Amino acid sequence: MSAAETTSLAPAAKGKIMQRIWLIVLLVALLALPQVAPGHWVYFAGLLGINIIATQGLNLMMGYAGLLSLGHAAFVGVGAYTAALLQIHLGLPFWITLPAAGIMSALVGAVFGLPSLRIRGLYLIIATLAAQFILHFIFVGWQSVTNGDVGLTVAAASIFGYPLNNEVRIYYLILVVAILATIFARNVVRSRVGRAFVAIRERDLTAQVLGVETIRYKFIAFALGSFYAGVAGALLAYFNRYVNPEQFTLLLSVFFLSAVIVGGMGSILGAILGATFMTLLPEILREGLIPLAGMIGFDLSAVMTPLREVVFGLLIVGFLLLEPRGLAQLWKRAKRKFSR
Amino acid sequence: MSPLQLFIEYSVVGIAAGGVYALIALGIIVIFKASHTFNFAMGEMMMLSAYFFYAASVTFALGPWLGLGVALLSSVVVGLIIERVAIRPMLGRPFIAVVMVTFGIGAIIRGIVGLVWGPNELQIPAILARTPVMLGDIFVPGRTARAFAIAVVIVVGLILYLRYSRAGVALRAAAADAVTAYSMGIDVRRIVAFSWVIAAITGCISGVLMASVNTLTPHLGVVAMNVLAVIILGGLNSIGGVLVAGLIIGWLEAVTGMFLPTSFREITPYILTLIVLLIRPNGLFGARQVERI
Amino acid sequence: MLRVENVQLSFGGVHALSGVSVHAKKGEITSVIGPNGAGKTSLFNVISGFYKPQSGTVMLDGEDVSSLKPHARAYRGMSRTFQNIALFHGMTVLDNIKLGAHTNLRSGVLSAGFGLSLTRREEDELDQRVRRDVVEALELDTVQNHYVEDLAYGLQKRIELARALVMKPKILLLDEPVAGMNREEKQEMGRFVRGVRDNWNTTVLLIEHDMGMVMKISDHVAVLSFGKPIASGTPDEVRANPAVIKAYLGASDDAVTEKA
Repeated sequence: MSAAETTSLAPAAKGKIMQRIWLIVLLVALLALPQVAPGHWVYFAGLLGINIIATQGLNLMMGYAGLLSLGHAAFVGVGAYTAALLQIHLGLPFWITLPAAGIMSALVGAVFGLPSLRIRGLYLIIATLAAQFILHFIFVGWQSVTNGDVGLTVAAASIFGYPLNNEVRIYYLILVVAILATIFARNVVRSRVGRAFVAIRERDLTAQVLGVETIRYKFIAFALGSFYAGVAGALLAYFNRYVNPEQFTLLLSVFFLSAVIVGGMGSILGAILGATFMTLLPEILREGLIPLAGMIGFDLSAVMTPLREVVFGLLIVGFLLLEPRGLAQLWKRAKRKFSR
Repeated sequence: MSPLQLFIEYSVVGIAAGGVYALIALGIIVIFKASHTFNFAMGEMMMLSAYFFYAASVTFALGPWLGLGVALLSSVVVGLIIERVAIRPMLGRPFIAVVMVTFGIGAIIRGIVGLVWGPNELQIPAILARTPVMLGDIFVPGRTARAFAIAVVIVVGLILYLRYSRAGVALRAAAADAVTAYSMGIDVRRIVAFSWVIAAITGCISGVLMASVNTLTPHLGVVAMNVLAVIILGGLNSIGGVLVAGLIIGWLEAVTGMFLPTSFREITPYILTLIVLLIRPNGLFGARQVERI
Repeated sequence: MLRVENVQLSFGGVHALSGVSVHAKKGEITSVIGPNGAGKTSLFNVISGFYKPQSGTVMLDGEDVSSLKPHARAYRGMSRTFQNIALFHGMTVLDNIKLGAHTNLRSGVLSAGFGLSLTRREEDELDQRVRRDVVEALELDTVQNHYVEDLAYGLQKRIELARALVMKPKILLLDEPVAGMNREEKQEMGRFVRGVRDNWNTTVLLIEHDMGMVMKISDHVAVLSFGKPIASGTPDEVRANPAVIKAYLGASDDAVTEKA
């Protein structure tokens, strides 16, 4: 056995070095992207970064701690409006509005989540659904603050007076935040806190016997996930330069839900893969399916919204039925085959 | 008219509208009893049924009665397909995963309806007479009153059927203890399929009634989400509590409309749900369950 | 170390436990035996805080823990295993065991997320300690990076023991540690439980069905029947007690000698 272990150690260490190298290559590629890629690629990369942050958040609460949220989009919305309002009324810079948006979403999340975190399952799902509808209702209805359906216009974020006013400049900000958010999430799930999350997801009574204060950790997971949503929302506000209720409907919540499921629940890599897949999917539909349908005489561009719903739904059901561990598992399998 | 009289009138009309919600609630609870699955696609099932009705009676010009038959039949087929393809393979998987599957099915149906029929309002043939019904001095719109009457008849009929038929008894046995039921020779899988048939029927009738009282749009199903929220308050174990929950939503919508702009109607059930969760975290009639470890 | 006094527990009129007292002495293995339905698991659920008894107290190391929640009892040094294995399938063996040390660690979400030195040091120390003390002692090194669900039943039982042990509990509650095991696995588990007492100096309270195992490894045995205590003493005393033979073995003392 010990002989086998010593021989197996070397490849493991080598694997780690290889992983480092790949990460550096990836980082360089991400930094260089705006210099080499066309503008609309950079736009999608920025959008993708924001979606990755929000998906990491939902993955922390849903994939790790088992707290299903149907209102994630609404918490993203709270972050977006918070950042927009702080900028418009108080003129605060993004490095204040960003964390403030996160905190605001976490607080609003607490208001909706706290009553039902004491008990299991269904109640929280309903509470988050309530959050989705009620918050969206507030976005539309609180005219004097949110400007209703028209929404708010947001000025570009700026660093030391240098405005991040095009997709390339904002891309770098999003990239930094997305990387930090991913590292933070990875650190959390590898720690005592992350183990407690998984324990609650799988057997909350056993978790209590092992000393895990289940209510407290559920609360932490829920607040943390909402915080991520809020930060993503703030970035979205600076990215689009406007905020309106149309952006934060149930469909977006379904989008994040699909991203977590498709990527693989309870996997940091999965959240990235899932968000990537889901962000690019509408583009694939647009670039691929619409011209294809056009050739045989159908105009699909008018029905993108329902088409998207069908595809999101099929992905949720399909992955849950066939590959509940998602793309992360497929990736692992492919890697194993490749390295053989 | 005095404010009190007005309030009573609103309440009566609201409760009348709640009859249909009670029917939806029954469909949800039957599936829950059979398989502990919470069907988040109920609203979409009922909306789809209403579109089936539209397609059969208007597009294929079969007329309302034959159209209703076709709609019922297609709804049952869809219910069975959902159960067979997406629900049965999830047996034994975590509760939350099954909930997500039904949620995904809802999205698929919403999308399909959007693709086939588009987002605009459609008019279905009038199957309910419009002549208003007077209860003393209280004026109840004709279609609401008749929809309520039909819903009550069907709810009562279904409850009697579930109580006295073989299938109903088997369903209740499976709900009480699936393992024992199985050992007594009850095919639990067939019971689950049966529960989806019942849900499809209640969904179809409530969908057609809703579309007759209001109009037919892809948003028709949203109301089932409200029903879902309030059902949880009623407690999942008693059919009676759930039916009352259905009536409460109808009442709440009407009374909200009396005091607040109509757009508030969409969210009042959720606000009520949150308030109750705050005060009674296990629901109004729910008891804390002792769990086996 | 653990003193359970006069516990009364009933569910809607049915008495699960009536006047049960158990005392687990420091550094000893104390066993509670009794036929199925004697209230053994109910007793454990009272001790770990899942059931609130109508009366009676649970004292841990001189402190009354009767009103504490399960997790608070864990923080005071109580740990347990479960009759039906309660491992976490989404984690590796190593992570399952590390979860057992939850109460030994201090990191919060911010410290963990930002990768502060507190968390890094804690996790490093834990990793080393788990590998050195627990994984090795319970012979789990070959499977430590496996996912639990792929492993054999006896092995899973041992991982549960490891998880309960890693916090260095004052009292370790073992709920039927050899249930469903074959002869070899039983002997192995008996060896590990004795090892826990001898090498870790941990006080053990176990409930078991299997007389052979209990008689071999226990220092002290208490017998329950229909929620009532009927005897207690050393294994030899209990074996000779006529009330025990009558209640537990249905008057046939052949079974005792045979199984022992």
